[in-house]
Amino acid sequence: MDGPLVTMDVRHIGDAVAVVDIKGEVTSACEPILMSAYEEAGGPGTSRLVLNFTGLEYMNSGGIGMLVTLLVRANRQRQKLAAYGLSDHYREIFELTRLDEAITIHDSEASALVGVAT
Amino acid sequence: MSEAAGPERVTSAEQIEVSVREAQSAVVPGDAVPGGAVPRDTGRWAAKVDRLAVEQRDGVRGTNVAGRRLTGPVQGFGKMWQKTYRMTVGDTVTPQDAISTWKANFPELWPKGNRFAGALTGISPGDVALLDLAIGGGVKLSTGVFVLYADDESFTLMTPQGHMFAGWITFSAERTSAATAVQAQVLMRANDPLYEVAMTFGGHGKEDKFWAQTLTALGDKLGVPVAEVQTRTVCVDSKRQWRNARNIWHNSMVRSVLQTVAAPFTARRRRAQRAG
Repeated sequence: MDGPLVTMDVRHIGDAVAVVDIKGEVTSACEPILMSAYEEAGGPGTSRLVLNFTGLEYMNSGGIGMLVTLLVRANRQRQKLAAYGLSDHYREIFELTRLDEAITIHDSEASALVGVAT
Repeated sequence: MSEAAGPERVTSAEQIEVSVREAQSAVVPGDAVPGGAVPRDTGRWAAKVDRLAVEQRDGVRGTNVAGRRLTGPVQGFGKMWQKTYRMTVGDTVTPQDAISTWKANFPELWPKGNRFAGALTGISPGDVALLDLAIGGGVKLSTGVFVLYADDESFTLMTPQGHMFAGWITFSAERTSAATAVQAQVLMRANDPLYEVAMTFGGHGKEDKFWAQTLTALGDKLGVPVAEVQTRTVCVDSKRQWRNARNIWHNSMVRSVLQTVAAPFTARRRRAQRAG
């Protein structure tokens, strides 16, 4: 079996905000990578998490399920979750699955950072 | 196929809508991934819908689906569960063959007493299937499912408002080092407080039995009649989402009971309307 074809790099912006740059394929197989990125991003002081999907190349339903699991973990820590960089195709998938009602979608990183700050 | 002398496939004339959906899900400018390529999952996801549209089909009551919105775990009420039912089917069946067989025989693999009325296309993104589920006492719970995603190695169904649970069921097959494994994985929250009570007091057990029987029937179909089904249940979120308690308004179980009670009067009224 091939390993997950995805990288998730974490950038800290100040003390309270972290951005996860997702590049590649988001499927259930990459759950350990996402959760590892979440651990790295979600220190005790991090109250806001932004997912950067600019490099997203593929996502299946397992990937959406994994994002729901991430959302539960973030909610448990009272962390705000936002996303940006979704193409029209993936934005529609967020809307279809109604994930957009819990993870706010923005057009740019700047907008997402402002969004999670309010 | 001992337990799954299941329902016959019931079809409808939804082909026209299918071609519309295919057109809707066609690639459009702006859908390119970085580097200009078209996303590999294009066409595997259903096109966006706000509310479900489905016509009446023979063999099922067909209520509690048309006009309903889809619901995922975010919209549900109860604790969030991930339930996985998994079975190994040997090394002669490929994942693609397993999923192809599952899709082609999906209605027949259900436990006896439950009916699945799919579209002519079988299991394709955007299809809506109507369900009549046996809930005891001679009452059928009428609901449906929406085909959210489908590819050669998996497909996912999403539930509408009023269904027992809000969430997704993903059916998949994968090759491990030794053999092919097939699984059904449910990510769900009970849709409202009434369903949460029902799931807590017997509903989860019934569901476990339902999917174990379905996998066993699939094993029969794939030529692996004695395959063992492994069940793994994880509580992903123990909190209930009380803001969604009002989902009870759409409860298809309550509505199905009322529809069953009212059926003779409804039929009489229809006859009178036709005569008059």
